[in-house]
Amino acid sequence: MATDARGLTTEPAVRVRNLHRSFNSDGGVLNGLDLDIAPGEFVALIGRSGTGKSTLLRALAGLDRDVAGHGRIQVPESVSVVFQDSRLLPWKRVLDNVVFGLRGAGAADRGRKALAEVGLAGRERAWPYQLSGGEQQRASLARSLVREPQLLLADEPFGALDALTRIRMHALLRRLCETHRPAVLLVTHDVDEAIVLADRVILLDAGVVDTDVRVELTNRSRSDAGFAELRSLLLDRLGVAADA
Amino acid sequence: MTATLHTAPVTVPDTTDQRVVRRRLGPGHRIRFSFWFGPTLALAIWSIGSATGLIKPAILSAPWDVVVAFQDQWVNHDLLGNIVASLQRSLVGLTLGVVTGAVLAVISGLSRFGESLIDGPIQIKRSVPTLAIIPLFIAWFGIGEEMKVITIALISLVPIYIHTHNGLRGIDGKYAELAETIGINHGEFVRHVVLPGALPGFLLGMRFAVTSSLLGLVVVEHYNAVAGIGYMITLAEQYGQTDVIVVGLVIYGIFGYCADSAVRFTGRRVLAWRQTLEG
Repeated sequence: MATDARGLTTEPAVRVRNLHRSFNSDGGVLNGLDLDIAPGEFVALIGRSGTGKSTLLRALAGLDRDVAGHGRIQVPESVSVVFQDSRLLPWKRVLDNVVFGLRGAGAADRGRKALAEVGLAGRERAWPYQLSGGEQQRASLARSLVREPQLLLADEPFGALDALTRIRMHALLRRLCETHRPAVLLVTHDVDEAIVLADRVILLDAGVVDTDVRVELTNRSRSDAGFAELRSLLLDRLGVAADA
Repeated sequence: MTATLHTAPVTVPDTTDQRVVRRRLGPGHRIRFSFWFGPTLALAIWSIGSATGLIKPAILSAPWDVVVAFQDQWVNHDLLGNIVASLQRSLVGLTLGVVTGAVLAVISGLSRFGESLIDGPIQIKRSVPTLAIIPLFIAWFGIGEEMKVITIALISLVPIYIHTHNGLRGIDGKYAELAETIGINHGEFVRHVVLPGALPGFLLGMRFAVTSSLLGLVVVEHYNAVAGIGYMITLAEQYGQTDVIVVGLVIYGIFGYCADSAVRFTGRRVLAWRQTLEG
């Protein structure tokens, strides 16, 4: 159980117990995974390919109805997913994509505000194909955040972006999360990205939590000694020798 | 260093445009009025052929004779009435067919149960020529307007169904997944994802359906019609008036051409979100 600022015990936003998932009879992708995420907590999920990162995320998103397995999952009422591709509907203009499925009056205004927040003010009437890759991903972030989710699930959202755009997106995501305070589960294969963004880094191996570390850095710069230490710890656990 | 370093030298603006240009593989920019090139050429060949006597009037009346026949039909034989009767028939039939075809395609595209019920019969119907069913329809619905409209509806339903269904099934599954995470209901999913996604297929089906409905029109108007272009042609056939037959054919051609242009124009408008070679 996590505790909030007043020292009271709070319900976790996400609680996973004994989660098993397998795609074939040979062996599971997730093998009895336990995980708690506190409200407002930013968790990065790393691990080698095939260790079950995406499987876990899809389980939390409720998108794995055809996958065999068992276990208990508890997630908040309002969950948003950011995919690796922006998944903007090509036949809707950017603003219509952002407010897609939103009900109630003022949806368009909220959408416009969300677009401004991600730096896309003025592009409301553009078609998705007219946006660059980074802009498309920002629009998809706006679409997620306009719903004020209690849990934001992001599956390698910056994986297809170039290095410079990624850096800008890191700052943007960090700022947006500080404003909206959703619990976040970010799947990434990039250890640096995990440390830069997250409050807590979880490393999956063979379908269970292998390492679970809190990022307590005052300065999240790569030159920070703590950063390097954490980085080499995680790379070591991933079986990659960090060069000195 | 001298002070002249920063002053811009007075020169003629250099407008040299030296670039590397790749050979274009797509069709390139749209040409204005390009639509009319082919038909105009055909008309020109027809005129020249008739004028030089290469095309005998018994084979095909000259364009100017057709114009005269057109005037005669318009003034003396209520050509406008015939056109309206034909248009009405094909419009009612087409509308019926398009709506039914699209609804069936959406049901069969979205529900496995619906597919198992609908898809088989339509595929079977597709392999039976509609024109071969007409005798049966005459037995069921008589030789009146009902039979004509139903035949046209049935003949235009098939291409709409096939192409809408195909377009719908071609929608990327990741959009459905997105819609699931956004938590919308079935109606919203159909309206915002399925219909716009299947629209390119639907419009292609529409182009086939329009010409199919005209085909149906030609055939049904030979049965006991008292008005319509087909009726006019049947009469002309009996009196051996080639020029009147050609008037009828030209009108059918214009119907089809205009309808197809309308569908394509609509397509360019409503599919502005696509970046394709269509341009």
